[in-house]
Amino acid sequence: MSANMKVAELTGEEITIQERTPFQIVMMRFRKHRLAMAALVVITLIFMLTLFAPYLANFEVTEISVGDYFLPFGAVDEDTGRVHYLGTDNIGRDYFSRLIFAGRVSLTVALISVLISETTGVIIGAISGYYGGALDNVLMRFVEFMLTIPSLPLLLIISSMLLANEDLIPIPAIVLNTFGKIMLLNPRDTRSAVLIIMVLAGFGWLGSAQLMRGMVLQIKQQTFVEAARSLGASNTWIIFKHMIPNAMAPIIVSASLGLAGYVVAEAALAFLGFGIQDPVPTWGNMLSATQTFMMDKPWLPLVPGLPIFICSLSFNYIGDGLRDALDPRLKM
Amino acid sequence: MNTLSQKPERKPDLLVIKDLVKYFPIRGGLFKRTKAMVKAVDEVSFTIREGETLGLVGESGCGKTTLGRCILRLVEPTSGSINFMGQELTELRPRAMKELRREMQIIFQDPIASLDPRMPIGNSVVEGLAIQNIGTSKERFEIAINMLRKVGLEDYHARRYPHEFSGGQRQRIGIARALTLQPKFLVCDEPVSALDVSIQSQVLNILKELQRELGLTYLFIAHNLSVVEHISDRVAVMYLGKIVEVTSRKELYLNPLHPYTKALLAAIPIPDPTIKRERLVLKGDVPSPVNPPSGCRFHTRCPFVFDHCSQETPPLREVHPDHWAACWLVE
Repeated sequence: MSANMKVAELTGEEITIQERTPFQIVMMRFRKHRLAMAALVVITLIFMLTLFAPYLANFEVTEISVGDYFLPFGAVDEDTGRVHYLGTDNIGRDYFSRLIFAGRVSLTVALISVLISETTGVIIGAISGYYGGALDNVLMRFVEFMLTIPSLPLLLIISSMLLANEDLIPIPAIVLNTFGKIMLLNPRDTRSAVLIIMVLAGFGWLGSAQLMRGMVLQIKQQTFVEAARSLGASNTWIIFKHMIPNAMAPIIVSASLGLAGYVVAEAALAFLGFGIQDPVPTWGNMLSATQTFMMDKPWLPLVPGLPIFICSLSFNYIGDGLRDALDPRLKM
Repeated sequence: MNTLSQKPERKPDLLVIKDLVKYFPIRGGLFKRTKAMVKAVDEVSFTIREGETLGLVGESGCGKTTLGRCILRLVEPTSGSINFMGQELTELRPRAMKELRREMQIIFQDPIASLDPRMPIGNSVVEGLAIQNIGTSKERFEIAINMLRKVGLEDYHARRYPHEFSGGQRQRIGIARALTLQPKFLVCDEPVSALDVSIQSQVLNILKELQRELGLTYLFIAHNLSVVEHISDRVAVMYLGKIVEVTSRKELYLNPLHPYTKALLAAIPIPDPTIKRERLVLKGDVPSPVNPPSGCRFHTRCPFVFDHCSQETPPLREVHPDHWAACWLVE
């Protein structure tokens, strides 16, 4: 018995039961998940690093200190007195500055991809499950067909096609400007980042559409949907006011697990040379550029590899924590 | 309560149902062909008069709930006519139907499942007004709060979520939600069968009070005959998709005509061991509605069965004034 209870008994004080909204309950349970909380702290730190990259970086991303190749951690630039926290790479660029700017690109790509793919998946899944019938059949057979195709080779083909032909998919200037500002890239490089997002999201919505469809099929049977219909609710009303809020829990979980996947997928594309190209750093292309020095200077590929590993692991833990917090029964 | 002791004046009909049919197809096989039909509601006709409560009783699976839902077109009837306040519901276009839904509402059996767990109950109660676009959001909220008070809840409850309420409270929230649109007609689909006995009377009394206050008409679906006796003005007895007897409550309990009704009444427990009564026990189970018996659907279990029963379906005839029964034995 807790101390508080005893005090209440002795003094006869009235115990007020605090009202909690579902959101508060979820937060309370999430905070009890230590691994997830630790992961959240780590992710927040990495986010801060990349967010404040322009202030934290000592060097320009493309700035080459001639002759200063493969400098060790903490080396000082002789002319200006600036510190290379993580040394320099094979052509004398500051590794730390590149790393945090790379994180900005990689994380933005992952976040936006998740946002687009989950939204698309939720809407298509909801429509498919709710209306059922022929529409459901067509949509779900298409999704299943897409899922049977091994996605990496297809991703490679599509991204190389898109990146090679500038005019294949025109991207509105406003999109380029906004993303350019977020990732601090010029329009040309932003374009390839946006294309990578499109390619990743284009394959990413399939799973969440299936998940959402399943949830909707289940929720559709519940009486409160019938109650809404008897009040005169339209299909759109029911989908947006009842279906989606009730299906949110697994969707949020799949989104946070998806983030991990996208960080890795973006890195994989870049590693294979089909992602965002070299002068612009991403964790993936930094890894691929330095892999040849793996044997004698192992820290070079390790430095960009580690954040990929940490981010992916942390997003997975956060997903686990959210899953347990949102619905303890929902063990996947 | 005692309106029946005087000769009740016959009120105008609010709802006239004629030959209502609902078959559910059973699909199967490679091409989803219809293999068979579940005859949930089969040529049912009855009327509900303004301001009255019609009790609808029958065993589980006899089509009571489907019938209630067909009337509200939550389930599309296969054929037949539903005339509500002079309008033919089965022919209404969606827009007109939405409009008419203000006049007819439903409360459900399961008070837990009938409220959206992710919605504060204030929002649930307000939902009908929001869907029908009535008033400003402030006015709507006031109406909802008033409704909550009417069913015995407090203002501050509006912010809470369904899981914070007891079963009885949830059922009252369901009633409040149905009544915010100020309907004339309410389908009560076993509103008390999921509740504790002590809570049942509480909810029943609220329903009665609201009926008096707002002039509501109820279709009260139940399988508990005592509950139906308590709340109904007239009672319809259903067996396997058909109505076998309709009459006033008093007439039904004193002078049941159909053998099925007699058997049901004989099964009501009387809390007095000294009373001996004639027992009329039905044998066997309710036959499947996929393959209902020929002729009178009750003939497989009827203690008074004779040849004619299995050959021809007895029509629902007015045997005495305002007492309808479907049985060949009744003249």
